[in-house]
Amino acid sequence: MDDFVYAETDPAELARYREEVQTWMNENMPRRDPVNPWHPTQDDDERSSRNRELQRRLYDGGYAAVCYPKEYGGQSLTAAHQKIIDDVSMDFDMPILFSVPTLSICGPVILEFGTEEQKQRYIPAWIRGDELWVQFISEPSGGSDMAGALTRADRDGDEFIINGSKIWSTFAQRSDYALMLARTNWEVPKHRGLTMFIVPIHHPGIEIHPIQMVDRTEEFCQEFFNDVVIPAENVVGEVNDGWTVASRLLFHERAAVGNASPYTQGRHRNRTADGVEDLAAIARDHGGADVGRHRQRLGHMETLSRVEDLLSARVVKGIEGGFLPAPAGSLVRLFHGLSRTERQTVAMEMQGDRALVWNQGEDTGAFGTEYVQRQQSCIGGGTTEMARNIISERILGMPREPAADRDLPFNQVPRSG
Amino acid sequence: MRFDLSDDQEFFRETARRFIESEVPISVVREWHDLPDGCPPSWWQAAAELGWTSLMVPESLGGGSISGRRVVDLTIVADEMGRGVTPGPFMPTNVVADTLGRSGSPDQQALLEGVLAGEVVLGWAFCEPGGDWSASHVAAEAAPANGGYVLTGTKTAVEAGAQAHHLLVTARTPDGLAQFLLPSKTDRMTITPQESLDLGRRFAEVRLDGVAVGPDALVGEPGAVAEADVERQRQVMTVLQCADSAGSAARVLEFTVEYAFDRYSFGRPLASYQALKHRFADMKLWSEASQAAVDGAADALADGADEARMVSVAKAYVGDYSVELMHDCVQMHGGIGVTYEHDLHLYLRRATVNRGLFGTPGDHRVCLSKMMGY
Repeated sequence: MDDFVYAETDPAELARYREEVQTWMNENMPRRDPVNPWHPTQDDDERSSRNRELQRRLYDGGYAAVCYPKEYGGQSLTAAHQKIIDDVSMDFDMPILFSVPTLSICGPVILEFGTEEQKQRYIPAWIRGDELWVQFISEPSGGSDMAGALTRADRDGDEFIINGSKIWSTFAQRSDYALMLARTNWEVPKHRGLTMFIVPIHHPGIEIHPIQMVDRTEEFCQEFFNDVVIPAENVVGEVNDGWTVASRLLFHERAAVGNASPYTQGRHRNRTADGVEDLAAIARDHGGADVGRHRQRLGHMETLSRVEDLLSARVVKGIEGGFLPAPAGSLVRLFHGLSRTERQTVAMEMQGDRALVWNQGEDTGAFGTEYVQRQQSCIGGGTTEMARNIISERILGMPREPAADRDLPFNQVPRSG
Repeated sequence: MRFDLSDDQEFFRETARRFIESEVPISVVREWHDLPDGCPPSWWQAAAELGWTSLMVPESLGGGSISGRRVVDLTIVADEMGRGVTPGPFMPTNVVADTLGRSGSPDQQALLEGVLAGEVVLGWAFCEPGGDWSASHVAAEAAPANGGYVLTGTKTAVEAGAQAHHLLVTARTPDGLAQFLLPSKTDRMTITPQESLDLGRRFAEVRLDGVAVGPDALVGEPGAVAEADVERQRQVMTVLQCADSAGSAARVLEFTVEYAFDRYSFGRPLASYQALKHRFADMKLWSEASQAAVDGAADALADGADEARMVSVAKAYVGDYSVELMHDCVQMHGGIGVTYEHDLHLYLRRATVNRGLFGTPGDHRVCLSKMMGY
């Protein structure tokens, strides 16, 4: 399985579906407040439970995770149907917290590698809004070198004992399960000694520490594992074949970050400068006299925003038609990272000094703060440097970067500190 | 190249590519640089036989498209011509034929038979010296006189101006913009070939020194009809330029990637250096995004939805990134990349001309900003 199925669908059927979804959303989903919108991915208990409640509403209506197979709680529909839901849902509050990583990254991994028991146990629980998942993949010792994981899982009969630490999991403290990559064999090269596990998060021996980001939100966490006992039935795929599973997980992560996953629901909006229309409003309200310069920036951001959508669509078609290899999702990831940082820069500049110094009670400082942490969009979900490696090596076929650890048993690989 | 071509469109594309590769390889492109008219008339007739001039002509007048989405079909050829830096009056002939098919009188439409055969070339005299390629910059005057008009003004950068058998002239009447179709041999109209950065295509200045025309020279009507026609012409011309530049950029990237594999320094191919690989990754991104922008604009024109916005998006993106990509490819080549002998400059010349004519990326960004109410 190299990519998703984007089945052709009759335009008349899609038009009918759009109407159906619109009618249902009008009656059943809360309308997005255009002035003071609800932000589903900010961190607090209220948002987490509201996400679960909204997911349940979608499920009850038959509009939750529609690309998932019917037998696991989905609707067995196409990416085109999901896109219609995404379009229509722009005017409504959506349970965006379920999109990434639960439905779009962990989900397809379980679909592909999970046992039948795992699929039946876990997938319907996501789609119903009962359980949120996270990824325990990155480690403090290195972000991009995922296969260099140091967290260990030692076999003890029908169980594994986990020790180590993971980082950058999203909202782990409010989630239920995690996909975790751990080392099960230290005598072989790094890619051949890893195993993927399903780990219950609120479990003896697991400590979760939220990480405060530059804007003081606590979206990400670090976890510490101290003799955590996991049953062997929680292995995903084969023991010591975790890299195969992780590679697919990365593929789905790139698709999700690049807006090319059929398993996300709704579209993410940031607090500032979501759409280019918002930038136009900022320019009108606060842009001052420099109209010519702001016009250039606005026109440029509108261009990038439209081209990003067109590029996503082109890459999906290209992969589907065999014109581009599956890693082409990295093109969208790279474009997105670059355009987002630019947008945050433009939004901050258009606010002028109000983004830098503001009156008590005003919220224009958020533009300054987001600017300060703008590189986040070029780091999270795989850095833009990794995307450039993937594009040059796996699309253009250029030689891979030399790796000092490729054929060395992992316990002989040099490490930092 | 698009990823969603039908079998018929793919056959059409493949035929165009083979025709260009066999009839006008780069060595021939260079020979044709010395032809005053840019290409032999017999070759243009052969291109017309492949359907290159029929796509915008209504079926009732003998034309026909491949898919029914005419602008999309047209960009297939433009993309291939960009890949080959292929000369020929492709853009103006099709853009003017489109307008004649829609707004022309029966006498004017009778010309389309010759267009279909590749025997009649059409040009569009639009831009004026110092103009910004907007409809509002047109100052050439069409003063009503004796039931007809007297035309006065100067037009510049008229593509195929000296090769065209008829010119569509955009001018201003008391009732608003109007367009006139004039035979190239018209009293008091002077057509002077111009020099161009693009060595393949031909451009001319057209001076109108009190050209008296009858009402039968009008194409459509002054005012709203002509304004809609002009807008459509600008949009189709712009999307063709963008398709041409995107095709050029894709081709330049292709041969520069090959070069990076073949060229060794310090005992390893250029393609193995991460510093260069990352630049190639950016270029691949720009190339695919340019193609996506062209696809989006062509779709908008074919579907009649949000055309002005999507055309400006395409020009703002492709205009800038196509030439940036090519400059980077020059850099990847090193010294050989800035020689006359290497083909790179042929592409860069053409893409630079495409970038500037019919509005710079900056002009189109301003248009977009205004569409957003700022």
